[in-house]
Amino acid sequence: MITAEQKPLEEIQQMLAGVDKLLILGCGTCVTVCLAGGEKEVATLADLLRLKGSIDQITEATIERQCDQEFFEEVTRKIEDADAVLSLACGAGVQLLARIFPEKCVYPGVNTRFIGLVEEQGKWLESCLACGDCKLGKFGGVCPIARCSKSLLNGPCGGSIDGKCEVDPETIDCAWQLIYDRLAKLGQLENLTEIEEPNDFSTAHDGRPRRLDRADMHL
Amino acid sequence: MEATKLKSGSRLERLLARGEFVLTGELGPPRSVELEIIDKKVAHLKGYVDAANVTDNQTAIVRISSIAVSKMLLDRGLEPVAQITCRDRNRIAIQSDVLGAYALGLRNILCLTGDHQTFGDHPTARHVFDLDSIQLIKVLKDMRDEKRFAGGEEIRNGKKGPLVAPQIFLGAAANPFADPFEFRIIRLAKKVKAGADFIQTQIVYDMDRFEGWLKQARDMGLTEKIKILAGITPLKSVPMAKYMKNKVAGVSIPDALIDRLAKAEKASDEGIKIAVEQIQHLRQLDGIAGIHLMAIEWEHRVPEIVEKAGLLPRPVVEA
Repeated sequence: MITAEQKPLEEIQQMLAGVDKLLILGCGTCVTVCLAGGEKEVATLADLLRLKGSIDQITEATIERQCDQEFFEEVTRKIEDADAVLSLACGAGVQLLARIFPEKCVYPGVNTRFIGLVEEQGKWLESCLACGDCKLGKFGGVCPIARCSKSLLNGPCGGSIDGKCEVDPETIDCAWQLIYDRLAKLGQLENLTEIEEPNDFSTAHDGRPRRLDRADMHL
Repeated sequence: MEATKLKSGSRLERLLARGEFVLTGELGPPRSVELEIIDKKVAHLKGYVDAANVTDNQTAIVRISSIAVSKMLLDRGLEPVAQITCRDRNRIAIQSDVLGAYALGLRNILCLTGDHQTFGDHPTARHVFDLDSIQLIKVLKDMRDEKRFAGGEEIRNGKKGPLVAPQIFLGAAANPFADPFEFRIIRLAKKVKAGADFIQTQIVYDMDRFEGWLKQARDMGLTEKIKILAGITPLKSVPMAKYMKNKVAGVSIPDALIDRLAKAEKASDEGIKIAVEQIQHLRQLDGIAGIHLMAIEWEHRVPEIVEKAGLLPRPVVEA
C-alpha cells in the first residue's frame, strides 16, 4: 500500500492561515490502513484545530478513495461550501481533488511516504519503487532497487555487515544478504553470477512522468 | 613488443605486466583550494610508490575533483589512479569525465560504488547510482575495447570520424571482510568478468580471513586473470584502531593487534612496525601482485614504511 504520515500540526496551521471555513477530507483506502488520513484521523485533527481556534468553521468528511473521481460526488456540496480543503489523502488524491475543483484551494495534510508493507504494529517498510520493470523473480522476491540503500544490482557493497546495512545498522537490513539467503534456500545462487547490465531507467520516473494507456480498455 | 599487448601503457600497467611487486599509494584531495597540501603529499609519495590513487569525494565529503587532482599529480611526476564513484554522476557524466580524464593524460581509473551520501557533509543530497561499480567497469571496458559508449554508439565524431577510444587501465576494489562472506568471491569473479585489470582490496588486518578469501580466488583461477594489490593502512594509535574496528563497516581488526598497540611504548611506531610485517607477509602470498598503501592523512610516514618493508628503490619505467 501507499504509506503516509500526518504533517506536523504547526505546518498545517501555517498552511491554513487566513482560512475561515475548512473542510478536512479523509480517504478510506491506503491512508486509513496506515492510520494517517482516515475518518479517525480526520476527527482528531479537526478537534485539535478547533482547540487552536483560528479557523471559524471546520467540517469533516471521508470518502472511500480520493484517487477515484466518482467518490467525490457525495462531498461536492461540502467542498463548494468551504474556503479551502485539507486533504489527508496521498499526493495522487490531493491532485485529483485540485483537478476536479479548480477554483478551490487545496492543501495536503499528510506527507506521502512510499509503497510499503507493515513490518509490525506501527512500523512500515519501503518495498517497491514502482520502477516499471519488476525483477523480483531473479532476486528471490527481495527488491534490490527498493531495499538496497544504493539500489545496487550486482551484489552488496562493502558496507554489508552481519546482515545489516552500514547506512543504519539499527534499522536497515542489507537487501543483498536477504537476496543471498533466499536464493541459497531456493537453490538459485547461479542467478547472482551473471552481470546485470546497466538498468533501463526509462520505465521509471527518470524516463518522464509516466502514463498507463491500455488500448484494450478504451471505450 | 610489450607496447602492442598493453591496454593503456600506464606505468602501473607496465610494472604489473613485467611482474614487478607494485606499490600504490593514496592521496585524498583537500577540502579547499589550498593546493600546497597536494604538493606536500606528492613529495611524500613520489619515488616511494609506483602510482597513487586520488579519491573521489571520499566518505561523501566535497573535495577537489579526483580528475583535477590526478592531472596535478601527473604534472608533478607522480602517476595517478583516478577514482570514480557511481554516487554523484550518471552514465552520461561518467563517460564524459572518462573522455576528459584521458584527454588530460590520465591512464588509470579505479571504479567504485561510492560511500553513501548520509556519511558526508551533504546528507540531504540526491544520490545517483545510475550504474554500480561492476557496471561501471563494464562500461569503461567496452569504451576501451569495443570502442562503444554504454548507449551503443561508436566512439567517433560523426559517421566518418576515426574510432578513437580512451585506453584506460581499469581497477576495482574488493572487500574480503564484508558480508555475506560467500558472496565476496562471487563479486570478485564478476569484477574480473566485467573487465577489471587490477584489484585493490579493503585494508587487511585479519590475515586469516584474507588468506581464506585469496585461496578461494586462486582455486577459481581468478589470480591468473587479475592482479590483486592488498590494502594496508598503518594504525596510528589505539583510538584510531578502535574507531576503524567499530565504526568503519567492512574493516575487521583482530583484538591481538589492538593489544599490541596498547602495550607498545609508542603506538604509532608499533603501528608502522605492524604495517611493515603485514607487507612482508603479504608479499610471500601466491596471488598477491602488490600493495595498496593507504596512509590516511599520514602520508609523511610512507617513505619510512616503504623503506623498512624493503621495497626501495622503486622500479624504473622507460618513457
